[in-house]
Amino acid sequence: MKSGSKLEKLLTAGEFVVCGEMSPPQSADGEQIRKKSEYFRGFVDAVNLTDNQSAVVRMSSVTSAILALQNGLEPIIQMTCRDRNRLAMQSDLLGASAFGIKNVLCLSGDHQSMGNHPHAKSVYDIDSIHLIDMVRNMRDEKKFECGEEMKVEPRMFIGCAANPYASPFEFRVVRLQKKIEAGADFVQTQAVFDTKVFEEFMKLVRQRGLHEKAHIIAGILPVRSTKALLFMKENVSGMSIPDELINRMGGAEDPKEEGVKIAVELIQQMRGIAGVAGVHLMPVMWESIIPTVVERAGLLPRPQPAAPEEEQPGEVIPTVD
Amino acid sequence: MIVAHRKNIQDLKAILAPHKKILVLGCGGCVTVCLAGGEREVGMISSALRIAYRVDGDEHEIHETTIERQCENQFIEEILPKVQEVDAVLSLACGAGVQSIAERYPNKPVYPGVDTKFIGILQEQGIWTEKCAACGQCIVGFYGAVCPLTRCSKAQVDGPCGGARNGKCEVSPEIDCGWQLIYDRLKAIGQLDRLLDPAPLTDWSKSHEGGCRKVVREDQRVKTPTSG
Repeated sequence: MKSGSKLEKLLTAGEFVVCGEMSPPQSADGEQIRKKSEYFRGFVDAVNLTDNQSAVVRMSSVTSAILALQNGLEPIIQMTCRDRNRLAMQSDLLGASAFGIKNVLCLSGDHQSMGNHPHAKSVYDIDSIHLIDMVRNMRDEKKFECGEEMKVEPRMFIGCAANPYASPFEFRVVRLQKKIEAGADFVQTQAVFDTKVFEEFMKLVRQRGLHEKAHIIAGILPVRSTKALLFMKENVSGMSIPDELINRMGGAEDPKEEGVKIAVELIQQMRGIAGVAGVHLMPVMWESIIPTVVERAGLLPRPQPAAPEEEQPGEVIPTVD
Repeated sequence: MIVAHRKNIQDLKAILAPHKKILVLGCGGCVTVCLAGGEREVGMISSALRIAYRVDGDEHEIHETTIERQCENQFIEEILPKVQEVDAVLSLACGAGVQSIAERYPNKPVYPGVDTKFIGILQEQGIWTEKCAACGQCIVGFYGAVCPLTRCSKAQVDGPCGGARNGKCEVSPEIDCGWQLIYDRLKAIGQLDRLLDPAPLTDWSKSHEGGCRKVVREDQRVKTPTSG
């Protein structure tokens, strides 16, 4: 085991995993995390805590993850290259590990111009691929980026993102390969709505054997209105939303119910694609729908990782004086 | 060239208000080429300031002159008598020129008349675009001669982020995705295989991050008897 995280154990055992995603509060209200934890505990195997998603200030990913851990969840911290240089990243990883956090998702991060502090200076000291390599080096070689050694390494299961929908399309699989070669153990994809493009992407992934080197988890984003779909189509970078889906939501009597149906159908489709190791549910600000979606997708109860083999008590040899 | 853009006249009028005699100083270098601070702009800004002050009934004496380059002492020396005559200088040079004037005339207030934008090119008539971030160690040779540090809004050297859409940057549809440009160039010159090479971490110590920089060329220095 690289990290010994629950997520790593389940993926290694070949379970079809379910991840969730929680937005930390836009305030110092830790109670919100405790409340939201109810929607995830027992329904997903691990939960991403976003890192100032969309460049909007929220409670930090690492501290939110500590709260999530205390509330019985398996956290995945997200870490973007936008807000931290290599010093801050490494120190946060050490601290997260000291608190028992074992999963990290390495990201570029949305540009600060998209959020609520557009006049901020971004960092981008290193790229997400460098970040993956740095975390792997800390874990496997016990080395900081500068080459100096550390005594106790952060044992992290390393994740990366992949977006099959962003341009240039031809480069996307190459980029994923680079991330996996840098040390990514698992991959969470951009939300899938356009299954045709996704299947094409997975075909290229399989051709390169990438699904055998890292666990690929498909992003699912349950939506509750046509407005949400239209907003994402227009405003969220790197998203592809087919018009049929927008029309289907538009014609639905109960859009929330239709949103759940679509999410469940997408999950079933993902289960049928070779090389997809699980799904990642990211119901932006609609975390309460998680139990319903997971249940209706037939993914309950969630498996538990096999207990570590107990040491067999050896035969008692009587001591001879 | 260094591309600059003129400041708002009302802002200039306000910042220069305490000074009665003002020298508007143009530069014959980059700012002349990018139409921000050459002889023509010195004339335009001086006239605009005169009118603006006159409207308020304020008496200000505005002098005009333009030198070949404000970033070299040799040319700055020429205007010594003119600078001595005035209370303040409004330099229409880039940020380097403004500071160079201030260093030469330590007791004279000097103000910038333009905003220095970037190192770039004249893309088409009336449009200038940024091309270089002056990182201190040019890496464009690995990227089909497209600079990832400048052209990618996230300065990514190891591939595009997930935000590009139809070849445009997530920051604005007006901005080309730098990595789309790199991809297209490498394809055109038959070097797409470069994309799989892992890029080294950027050494920011060579850039401004390493502190204010200096280039020293011993072979070009004038040896004085004391310096050996």
